[in-house]
Amino acid sequence: MFRKPQIELRASPHVHAPQDVVSIMRNVVLAILPIEAWFIWQFGLSAILLLAVVLAACLLSERLVAWARGQSSPLGDYSAVITAMLLVLTVPPSLPLWMGAVAGVVAIGLGKAFFGGLGYNVFNPALVGRAFVQAAFPVSVNTWPPAMFEGRFSSLMPSTLAAPFTHPADISAWGLKVAADAYSGATPLALQKFQSQQVPLLELFAGSHAAYVTGPPALLILVCGLYLALRRMLDWRIPLSVMAAAAALSGALWLYKPEAYPDPLFVLTSGGLMLGAWFMATDMVGSPVTRTGAIIFGLLIGVITVIIRLFGGMTEGVMYAILLGNAATPLIEFYTQPKTFGARHARRGGKGGAS
Amino acid sequence: MGIFSIISGRTFRHGIHPPQHKAATAGKPIRRLDFPPRLIVHLNQFIGRPARPIVRKGQEVVRGEPIAEPAGFVSVPLYAPATGVVRDIKLMPTARGPRAQAIIIDVHEASTQQVLYSTPPNNLAEMSREELVAAIQRAGLTGLGGAAFPTHVKYAQPPDDETQVDTLVVNGAECEPYLTADHRVMLEEPQDIVTGIEIALRACGAKRAIIGIEDNKRDAYEVLKEHVKDHPEIEVALVEAKYPQGAEKMLIKALLGREIAPGALPRSVGVVVSNVGTLAQMGRLVPRGEGLIERVVTVAGEGVKRPGNYRVPIGTPARFVLREAGFEGAHAEIIFGGPMMGNDVASLDTPVTMGVSGILVRDDKALPRTEKRIWPCIKCARCVEACPMYLNPSMLGQLAQAGQYEVMEERYNLLSCFECGCCAYVCPSNIPLVQLFRVAKAINSEKGD
Repeated sequence: MFRKPQIELRASPHVHAPQDVVSIMRNVVLAILPIEAWFIWQFGLSAILLLAVVLAACLLSERLVAWARGQSSPLGDYSAVITAMLLVLTVPPSLPLWMGAVAGVVAIGLGKAFFGGLGYNVFNPALVGRAFVQAAFPVSVNTWPPAMFEGRFSSLMPSTLAAPFTHPADISAWGLKVAADAYSGATPLALQKFQSQQVPLLELFAGSHAAYVTGPPALLILVCGLYLALRRMLDWRIPLSVMAAAAALSGALWLYKPEAYPDPLFVLTSGGLMLGAWFMATDMVGSPVTRTGAIIFGLLIGVITVIIRLFGGMTEGVMYAILLGNAATPLIEFYTQPKTFGARHARRGGKGGAS
Repeated sequence: MGIFSIISGRTFRHGIHPPQHKAATAGKPIRRLDFPPRLIVHLNQFIGRPARPIVRKGQEVVRGEPIAEPAGFVSVPLYAPATGVVRDIKLMPTARGPRAQAIIIDVHEASTQQVLYSTPPNNLAEMSREELVAAIQRAGLTGLGGAAFPTHVKYAQPPDDETQVDTLVVNGAECEPYLTADHRVMLEEPQDIVTGIEIALRACGAKRAIIGIEDNKRDAYEVLKEHVKDHPEIEVALVEAKYPQGAEKMLIKALLGREIAPGALPRSVGVVVSNVGTLAQMGRLVPRGEGLIERVVTVAGEGVKRPGNYRVPIGTPARFVLREAGFEGAHAEIIFGGPMMGNDVASLDTPVTMGVSGILVRDDKALPRTEKRIWPCIKCARCVEACPMYLNPSMLGQLAQAGQYEVMEERYNLLSCFECGCCAYVCPSNIPLVQLFRVAKAINSEKGD
């Protein structure tokens, strides 16, 4: 039988690669999960609550903005989940929950929706939220609780449930009480910078716990980042050039004056550099689409990070370095447009690029 | 990139590796299709000025008899693909969209497969370059790879151009998924291809020919290699199986390392490109003094029960070919050409023309239920990494959505885009980039007029 067929009309190409936005974002979430698990294992119940609150704040703000703009649900692309997961990793787990909520709302509202939502944000939303709480609540954001303390899965840190808009309890006294070793509350970067005391590299790299707070272990981030890079869901040029620039600049300074500057391996493995290089600088939306551009972008971030860390008043510089890199992205792209096939063989000189 | 291409360097940069889906038809020998009851021969089925009909309504024509004459140099004659009666000359649906003038022939039931009309040249060996170009035009040959540009025009030396052609590139890449027509022609008609290359070399003035074959068709490579043993001027080369390896700019880059400037022709780098299918026809038709009346078409896709390679008379309606291939009619998408650059046809009466290398049928099981959701561009750069012309489709897409059509052309070289579809294929946001670029080009060219 030859029935009258119903004919479908579409434009070419008629086939499509299997990946879409959702599958890429889902893989990024998967890649961050182990780091999140490490975070919870180290800090317990307070970390779980903080993650839950930040997630809720991010997702609710995204839905609220979509509703206000009359769009269908934007949820399902996982991008707000990624923002929340990264944001949590950049603040101390003792951060009062209400501050976490503020950070989440600012990240999505100001960092993303304000610019037009997914794909249009100039800055990494998680870092916009982080920068806001850094400015608004400097004490809470810069005081780290001890890791791996007894009873972390049965009790909360004293600051977690602080009432909104109040000064949270000082956690130093509590920290000294629960921590087995001498607890300082300082990060390895602060110890190095202000007390010239260097944390053993192996502990930074493998994350073996100590009295001072190490960030997520560099090795774990490396493995998670490599997973994404191998699945081609992350541009390896960016983290590599961030690390290369940071190592080169700090290495040169260290060779020049080893007693005043930390060695390059310490610079690479401490603080937020690894997390920033692999998971935040690589946010596709805020980084250049051109190959050369991605390398320049990474080098810029690496250099700015080292300058802020070693010469600035702050101990950590990755956040501002990435935000500056995001701001420079359109300019970098403009000057690194790919040269069209055959253009360099054109008789009438090159065209395009900067004039 | 495979090990092979790294060693040989015979490939181009960027591009994509879509699933090939060639196994279903690659092993199927070319089968001749019966004549359909009616043929629709479009006068504008090639690029250039449409042919002028030289038959009247009601006139009897025999297989191989001329039915239309070229309307100038950039034009070719058309021949009757079967014996029958001219029923009408009127507007009929085409694969490209608008209806166009076509000669409709009612085929006699007893029409023979034998070609009944020919004017064999008696001095092929002594013909001058100009005479050969004229003979190729008389054969009605156009680019059978899909472009359907009159072959003789490429071979002729333009009066205002000093550039000499040194190499004839023979395109046996066949990079589009599903298509295996050229593959089968290379396996089954290697002698015709070699004869065609010899004629083409003389016609275009080139000293040597290189046949470029994707490394997924090693059997064709071996067969041709065997057939060119006594032809030192013909080389057979493997190139990486990668889409769009068969685009002439990419193939020239892969085989010779030469890059054609934006807007220029292969001739500007001393090259002429012809498809293996075209050359096989040339090797068969020119010595016999016959005209082009049929071509090999791959019929494939989930919607046909008997996929294969069919020798189809030009002008056969899709309906007839598909019925022979076991299409039973359903909710389907019918693509003329490959899945990357082919056109969907709206009517089953659309006839096979010279440029149709495949008919793909996707039935409702293979069709997505709903349109894919389109997300905003997330600047993932997959398109930038895929574009074989080194354009920035991400930026072009954003400009198109903002209506900045002139900027697209002036600053981002929109006109270098040949709509291969790599960018849209890889786009995780499902942005219809090729469609956006087509619209932009159309609007710009309208403004320019």
